[in-house]
Amino acid sequence: MQRQTAAGRDVPAVAVAAMRYRWPGAARDCLAIEQFAVGGGERVFLRGPSGSGKTTLLSLVGGVILPQAGTVSVAGQPLARLSAGVRDRFRADHVGFVFQLFNLLPYLSARDNILLACRFSAARRARLAVRGTSAEAEAQRLASRLELGDVLHRSAAELSVGQQQRVAAARALIGRPGLIVADEPTSALDADRQQAFIDLLLDECAEAGAALLFVSHDLRLARHFDRIVDLAQINQAAVSGEAAA
Amino acid sequence: MTPLLSLSLRSIANRRLSALLTVVAVALSVALLLGVERVRNDARDGFAQTVSGTDLIVGARGGAVQLLLYSVFHIGHASNNVSWQSMQRVAALPQVKWLVPLSLGDSHRGMRVVGTTDDFFRHYRHGEGRALAFAQGKAFAPAPDGLFEAVVGAEVAARFGYAVGQRIVLSHGSLGGEGGPRFADHADKPFTIVGVLARSGTPVDRAVLVGLEGIEAIHVDWHGGAPIPGLAIGPEHVRKFDLSPKSVTAALVGLDSRIAVFRVQRQINTMGEEPLTAILPGATLQELWSLVGVAERALLAVSALVVVVGLAGLVAVVVASLGERRRELAILRALGASPPQVFALLALESVLLSLAGIVLGLGLLYGAGALAAPGLAATWGLNLGLGGPSAGEWRLLGAVIAASLLASLVPAWRAYRYSLADGLTIRI
Repeated sequence: MQRQTAAGRDVPAVAVAAMRYRWPGAARDCLAIEQFAVGGGERVFLRGPSGSGKTTLLSLVGGVILPQAGTVSVAGQPLARLSAGVRDRFRADHVGFVFQLFNLLPYLSARDNILLACRFSAARRARLAVRGTSAEAEAQRLASRLELGDVLHRSAAELSVGQQQRVAAARALIGRPGLIVADEPTSALDADRQQAFIDLLLDECAEAGAALLFVSHDLRLARHFDRIVDLAQINQAAVSGEAAA
Repeated sequence: MTPLLSLSLRSIANRRLSALLTVVAVALSVALLLGVERVRNDARDGFAQTVSGTDLIVGARGGAVQLLLYSVFHIGHASNNVSWQSMQRVAALPQVKWLVPLSLGDSHRGMRVVGTTDDFFRHYRHGEGRALAFAQGKAFAPAPDGLFEAVVGAEVAARFGYAVGQRIVLSHGSLGGEGGPRFADHADKPFTIVGVLARSGTPVDRAVLVGLEGIEAIHVDWHGGAPIPGLAIGPEHVRKFDLSPKSVTAALVGLDSRIAVFRVQRQINTMGEEPLTAILPGATLQELWSLVGVAERALLAVSALVVVVGLAGLVAVVVASLGERRRELAILRALGASPPQVFALLALESVLLSLAGIVLGLGLLYGAGALAAPGLAATWGLNLGLGGPSAGEWRLLGAVIAASLLASLVPAWRAYRYSLADGLTIRI
């Protein structure tokens, strides 16, 4: 299948180099990764059991925490060079997150949850404007693609888990950020719905030209990805930690 | 910042029951605080105007507060009376426009009896120069016609169910309250009520007013505080005696010009024949208020504490909600909200709740004030102003707003710390 080519395709969506991270007060490193990259528009399945440091890695990619050594770059921008406030805006502009569960603000409607991503990011709104559309129209378009057309006005708390995850996906995708990070987004879904959601996510990322970093412990879900990476293998801290244990 | 306000409002709307209860608690505390402040000011103003229009109060040599207490408030006793000749001399001073003598010492069922002249009704003023008004009847006539006529205050009439035409018996001495030690009654010379005064909110409400000659008449056959044994002079014969007063307890004095008040006061204080004291009622009322005002300030302090409790409740509700909202904070962080924005979001929420409480509290205050004002005026003679907040109330409001801003920092700071510590981790 020929992927649609995204702008800035040559620039990796994520690049981690010689990076070490240790939680404050921890006795040893949580992550030590020599080299890890997700290419522009690339769809990577990152396998890691719980406790393997994958959530930490996602926080580093989101720029919520900074490594003690090495660099984490998103869309070619080393995050450590940005101030905290600029990093927050950078995350809003360039990264969409889908979590395991409870992705939505319960007191907002599905539509407002999707639009929230644009309210925090002028860049997402601007990218939509360049394509001649508005945030509201784009939310409508994504919703109908994700079969959410008739629940947009409903409060998030009234949606089924599957609908909630699709709303979360729409919110991550709206305004075409270069990178979608999904953290076990299917674990709350029935087995037969899991693959359907992943296929949807893959299609939409391809459509939007976004790279997808999909994190899960469940290798059965890894079909259709460009590449599978095992966090345990690239994380030297875990290896040495297990050796020490 | 724009998404924050609507997010705050939606988040509050989502928890509307606890939000509403919190707002009501703050509103009640604010209404209480401002209500106490208002009643306090009105009570002080009312108190300071218990006697107005009277320039000087004259009595036997003694303390100013004591003279005020027994002459105006009917509390305690004069250590000495003033001879009628001395009062005549004061009345004859060139600047003195009028003099209303007061003769105290008798009582009726625990209420003080005030012997005076019908000038009392003409010159006694309270509040902003308001005269006494009659609810029923009229003033007692001058002696000899009105010798055994009495006018009762509103409280006396209300408590004992008195109306014009009823006959009452005065008692000697003033300690004998109802159920208290009973002094001898002047049962042989009853008085007829000819007037009932409208409520004034002053001690006059609790007084029985009779003519000076009436006081003399009931004591004709008395000596040294007891009836003279074997001597009983009935009301039909008493008019033959000289009933002009020998002495009175105090007098209210009005001057032609207030400018002369200190000079006349000095003249009276230094009259050679009999040691007298003249006081300025306004100044002495202020002095007295500074004594009783402690209670009023304590009340204000207590209601300020109630506001603190209200705000503490608000903080508790918002902080308690934070536990279950940590994942909400993580979602906002993932969407690009910075920790300062999370801080602002939570601060905004508390501030919105307190402001709603303050506004509702003001509404309650004015609503309750409008409802209660007629009743308060009728029963307590308390005139609640319903105008806009006074300078003192604005100060209190400002303090409440400042306190609520401070209080809002607590949940905001906690949310800030959570959002730093949790990052994108969704804690459940």
